[in-house]
Parts: sequence; C-alpha cells; structure tokens
Amino acid sequence: MNKNVERLYNGIVKENPTFILMLGMCPTLAVTTSATNAIGMGLSTMVVLIISNFVISLFRKLIPDEVRLPAYIVIVASFVTVVQLIMQAYFVEINKSLGVYIPLIVVNCIILGRAEAYASKNDPVPSIFDGLGMGLGFTLGLFLLGAFRELLGAGTVFGIQIAPSFYEPIAVLVKAPGAFLVLGCIIMVMNAWGISTRANKMVEEGCASCAGCGTPGTENCDKKEEVKA
Amino acid sequence: MSLFMIIITAALVNNVVLSQFLGICSFVGVSNKIKTSFSLGMAVIFVITIASAVANLLYTLILEPFGLDYLQTIVFILVIAALVQLVEMFLKKTSPALYQALGIFLPLITTNCAVLGVALNNVTDGYNFIESVINGFGTAVGYTIAIVLLAGIRESMVDNDVPGPVQGAPLVLFAAALMGMAFFGFSTLTLG
Repeated sequence: MNKNVERLYNGIVKENPTFILMLGMCPTLAVTTSATNAIGMGLSTMVVLIISNFVISLFRKLIPDEVRLPAYIVIVASFVTVVQLIMQAYFVEINKSLGVYIPLIVVNCIILGRAEAYASKNDPVPSIFDGLGMGLGFTLGLFLLGAFRELLGAGTVFGIQIAPSFYEPIAVLVKAPGAFLVLGCIIMVMNAWGISTRANKMVEEGCASCAGCGTPGTENCDKKEEVKA
Repeated sequence: MSLFMIIITAALVNNVVLSQFLGICSFVGVSNKIKTSFSLGMAVIFVITIASAVANLLYTLILEPFGLDYLQTIVFILVIAALVQLVEMFLKKTSPALYQALGIFLPLITTNCAVLGVALNNVTDGYNFIESVINGFGTAVGYTIAIVLLAGIRESMVDNDVPGPVQGAPLVLFAAALMGMAFFGFSTLTLG
C-alpha cells in the first residue's frame, strides 16, 4: 500500500486517536455536546496537527535532541494561536462555544504525541499525511460522539430536529456527566468486541497520557506505540 | 464577587475535572490509590497556585501594556513548563521530604491541561492578582477533591465482581459519571 494512504488508514482506522489510542481525552469529553462543536474542534485540531507535523518534520535535523520538547511546544503553540485568531475573526459563534478548549489544543497529547512518535523521524510529506490521517480520525471520532450525544440528549443533529416528536430527550447526555457515560459505554462495547484500546492500560498502569506524553523521565505510552509501529 | 464565592465556585460548582474536563488523563490514570492521588492533588494545588500568580503578573505587567495579549497561549505554556522545572529543582534542594512526596508528579503536571486552562480562564474572566491566585487555588482544591473521591470509590470497587467488558476503563468512567451527576447538583447553587 502506498505509504501516504497507509498513514491515512492508520490515523482514521487502525490507530484512531479517539477510540483506540484514547488521546486528547479532555476535548473529547468537553466539546462533544453537539455535532457542530465536535466538528469545529476536530477540524481546528487537524489544521494545527498537519501544520505542526510538517514544520517539525522540516526542522527535525536542526532541533537539538535535548530541547526538542520545548521547541515542539513553541511550534505547536504558535500555530494554535494562528488558528485561534482565525476562529475569532471568521467563526465567532463556534469559537465562543469552544472557548478555552481552542488554546488548550497546545496541550492536546495527539499533537505532541505525533510530533514525538512520527514527525520527528520522518520526511515532511508522509508527516503531513500522518497529521491528516490522525486529524481526520480525531474529527470522525468527535463527530460520532457529538452526534450520538446530541441525538439522544437533545433529539437533534447539527441543530436540526431528527428524533420523532414523541421522543423524550435524555438531557443528562448533553450535560457534563453524560460525557463520561457515553465514553464508558463505547469502551465497554469495544471491550466486548475484543478491540484492544489503550483505555484499560491507561487506567491500570496509571499512564497519565495527557500529562506524560513526550515528557522525558515519565513512563509514556507513545514509546510502546513506537515499538508496535 | 467575593473571594469566598470564587473559591466555592472554582472548587465545587465549576469543578475542573467533572464539569470542565481538564486534567482528565491524570484523573483516570493516577486514581488507583487514595494516597497517591492525594499526593498528586497536593502537587497540583502547589503548581496551579504558583502558576496562576506568575501568569497573572506576566499578563498584567508585560503582555497587556505592550499589546501582546495574543501571545498569551505561547507565553503561558512555556512559563508553566519552566516553572515546574524550577519548582522541582527548588524542592529537591530545600525540602527532600516534600520532593519525595510530590516530586514524581511534577513532570506529569507540566502539560496537564488544567494548569494552562486556569491561567487562560483567569485572563478571560478578568481576575486581578489576588482573585487569580484564589481561583487557581480553588480549582486545584476541586481537582484534589474529585481525584481523591474517585480513588476512594475505585479502592472499594477493587474486589467487586464486574462483568468482563465493564472492567477497567468503563467502570472508572461510570464512577466518574455518577460523581459528575452528584457534582451537577452544585450548579443550581445560588451564592450571595
């Protein structure tokens, strides 16, 4: 299979960041109250991911190994700021509902994780496709969660009434506790189907993925992922 | 808003984990034992309180006067990362006992979204220096309450016989969901 296509497939299906790798849990839980928010968050993360993967891959031979994480953080934070300014200018409504989660893309472990696991070792073009694949996988995951929660919790998808009028929405699903509930159910179903996700490992071994990813001196899950790849 | 109300709002009403979903990874990852999660909570209180103070000073003294407030994300994340390193070195030198207890968690906190989230929220909400520190402290206390409670629930569930697919992550998430529903009750609280 063509390497770039393989990257796309890897990001969307094989190592889907939302369902398999369980990366970026904070935005996954926080913004999936509606399909619109989910798509907005997914696409902004994807844009940052593609550009930062590209730039990090471009500079991978210039960045000294000891300071690579601060360097990656500066690169990622710059593009997050650019995306945030664009959102403020052109997508006012969605920016308002995503709020603090847009600047928080900086600490989304998908981005640093991909920088560390892929972009820092590969050429720019495959890195772009890696970012695109992971970004699409993340967007798809968020969209499915968001649409599911919005449909059952409010009876709508993208704000359009879908559920029949006799359906009484389960309001808790679009409130904060519903996020944990829906994600728990999804992992439960995947466990039952025998699809292995990183979630159980994370809970058992105490790998604080968001915090630990790429941080030197901590057990991080990305190392294991590298070995697998 | 009085300082007391800021603390109650930050710790309970807008609980950082259960209603804002910041720091989820360490919340589900480091909540096996009450003792460890309490130490992590203490480390988070320590770092978030200092980080809120430093971020506020930087914002009001440097970024705002020079019209650079669009750089806040970059500046805050770098300052937090550097600050955690400094705190770690400082503790190692001055208080080995405290370092023993909190040290291993400090690197984990660097990219904990809660730290950056609080610093950014302080700016959005227009808090002054004292209010920022109090808000940071309250948020971190809320984080500690949530993670210690979850650890307590998990400790008492260890020997329970749960169906295979529910074991592991789903069980933790369901416990968190029930806690979230309980904390949701605080949102109807009217203060003052």
